[in-house]
Amino acid sequence: MQKLLAWIDDRFPLTKVWEEHLAKYYAPRNFNFWYYFGSLALLMLVMQIVTGIFLTMHYKPDTGLAFASVEYIMRDVEWGWLLRYMHSVGASFFFIVVYLHMFRALLYGSHRNPRELIWLVGMLIFVALMAEAFMGYLLPWGNMSYWGAQVILSLFDAIPLVGPILAEWMRGDFVVSDATLNRFFAFHVIAVPLILAALVFVHIVALHKVGSNNPDGVEIKKKKGPDGIPLDGIPFHPYYTVKDIVGVTVFLMLFSAVIFFAPELGGWFLEPDNFVPANNLLTPPEIVPLWYFTPYYSILRANTFAFFGIEAKLWGVIFMGLAIVFFFFLPWLDRSPVKSIRYRGWMYKTALAIFVVAFLTLGYLGTQPAAGPNLIIAQVCTVLYFAFFVLMPLYTKIDKTKPVPERVTTK
Amino acid sequence: MKKLLILLVLAVLPAGAFASSGHGPKLDPVNIDLSDKASLQNGARIFVNYCLSCHSASYMRYNRMGHDLGISEELVKENLLFAADKVGDLMKAVMPPDDAKLWFGVAPPDLSLIARARKPAWVYTYLRSFYRDPKSPSGWNNIVFPHVAMPHVLYEWQGDQRAAFKKDAHGVDVFEGFELERPGSMSAKEYDDAMRDLTNFLVYLGEPAKLVRYQIGLYVLIFLAVFLVFAYLLKKEYWKDVH
Repeated sequence: MQKLLAWIDDRFPLTKVWEEHLAKYYAPRNFNFWYYFGSLALLMLVMQIVTGIFLTMHYKPDTGLAFASVEYIMRDVEWGWLLRYMHSVGASFFFIVVYLHMFRALLYGSHRNPRELIWLVGMLIFVALMAEAFMGYLLPWGNMSYWGAQVILSLFDAIPLVGPILAEWMRGDFVVSDATLNRFFAFHVIAVPLILAALVFVHIVALHKVGSNNPDGVEIKKKKGPDGIPLDGIPFHPYYTVKDIVGVTVFLMLFSAVIFFAPELGGWFLEPDNFVPANNLLTPPEIVPLWYFTPYYSILRANTFAFFGIEAKLWGVIFMGLAIVFFFFLPWLDRSPVKSIRYRGWMYKTALAIFVVAFLTLGYLGTQPAAGPNLIIAQVCTVLYFAFFVLMPLYTKIDKTKPVPERVTTK
Repeated sequence: MKKLLILLVLAVLPAGAFASSGHGPKLDPVNIDLSDKASLQNGARIFVNYCLSCHSASYMRYNRMGHDLGISEELVKENLLFAADKVGDLMKAVMPPDDAKLWFGVAPPDLSLIARARKPAWVYTYLRSFYRDPKSPSGWNNIVFPHVAMPHVLYEWQGDQRAAFKKDAHGVDVFEGFELERPGSMSAKEYDDAMRDLTNFLVYLGEPAKLVRYQIGLYVLIFLAVFLVFAYLLKKEYWKDVH
């Protein structure tokens, strides 16, 4: 065994990789609840790829066959229903995990110096994930799949000059059609997963270069023992591998509860209108994307004013784009001398709480008709959403902070 | 930190109202029980004898249905196989779709997933809400689905209902209730029970996996709960020396 390992190590840095990324990768010892979601996101990626491979074996990307092939998976394929639910519920859980993972960064300043690149790569993963989910949602070829894609792709029409040509180029047709379904399938099963895998690899390499942040936001590498090991660091393996097994188990229990007992989750994970095949003559009463897009969908619909000579619809598209673009700039918008929320003042805490409430409210309103009080609330929340980012350099700078300890703390 | 969590929970609460935001007529609740084999079998009998003449359930196979509902292949072949030759065939409608379109103006929708696309309560109420309407081409109308192209196929069972409307302050007709004009072969209770069986069957038809997934889910959760104990003890053992 030793000989075999030596033989491999001469040819491939197996032991080196194992040690650098697991056995001798020193993580802060004070990780809390919020630090499960990184490994859970990786678990979801693997789960989506594995279930996706088996679904691809039975799915037919053809407008005449797609809907029936999904029902064939649900009824005639052995355990097909389980694969399909794991994949469809998995998409929603992937987003839950990723949103919480991102929220963790906002809590403890994980995006701040020296981890800006981890954050930027992470944001690229988020954008790729949105593309992946959007294109995957067309594949069952249900009526909401069809109309959802129709609405979102028509947004490109709003872009001046090139818009209509661009939208047509993306669809491969004048409307969402067989050509669209086929190219979405290609992107969903090959192109975007490859990009995702590559980005996740870079995300982890960058993380292991600078080391993990922690709930106190102190750099453990600043205090090292005589052996060169951070005093507050413990090897990722076995400490965090065995801890993550506990987290994964609890997560899988929640995941299974939804898969087996409420895979539609009352219309939140699988919409009733998507059990009707795509029909270009029958528009659903309310065209609604799945919950993980609804905050942005709300922002898109919230703007009803034309100004600076730009029509309202285009402003909606611009705001929706900016809502995501602003996240990229977070490491530089935040001017606080401390990273963790534990040592920040009331201003950041309040701003973050308002942002979370605005985000969730926008998410809920995105599933409702955009009229009357709903529209006004959505407009207010959109303003609050952007205020969080735009005013951040100001309130993080003047906010009163508490002294940060030299080393990590444990309760 | 704690305050933030409370805020999060409070903000999520109104989300529960998602399903209850529908408009339209009041729907009657229906007792769905997929463990009630007799009800499912009766529902299947009604479905194949009446609905399947015009509607298809073309994602479902006869033998799968027979297997799930405890009906032997021989019985399926003898009693239920009107529209197909082989017991492994998909449940297509007897009436050709092109003819249907010609006669009704619209092809009757496939019913495989109707209980998932609509709610079971909707299906149950719809089946019991047909009324005589001389203004409609078929002579029938429906409170739940106004101007539906489908006539009341089961009127011999339910009888002829007439709907009573009252004008509200804005001069809009508001539905008041049904009056039974000519009784059918079934009492109101018998008809409701038959429609409950049919709805029950349609819920099964929408997702045959429903028969097994709760049971399997329970086993999975029990396994994970036991596994969690060991995973936690393992973690505790390893973390003893971390201070």
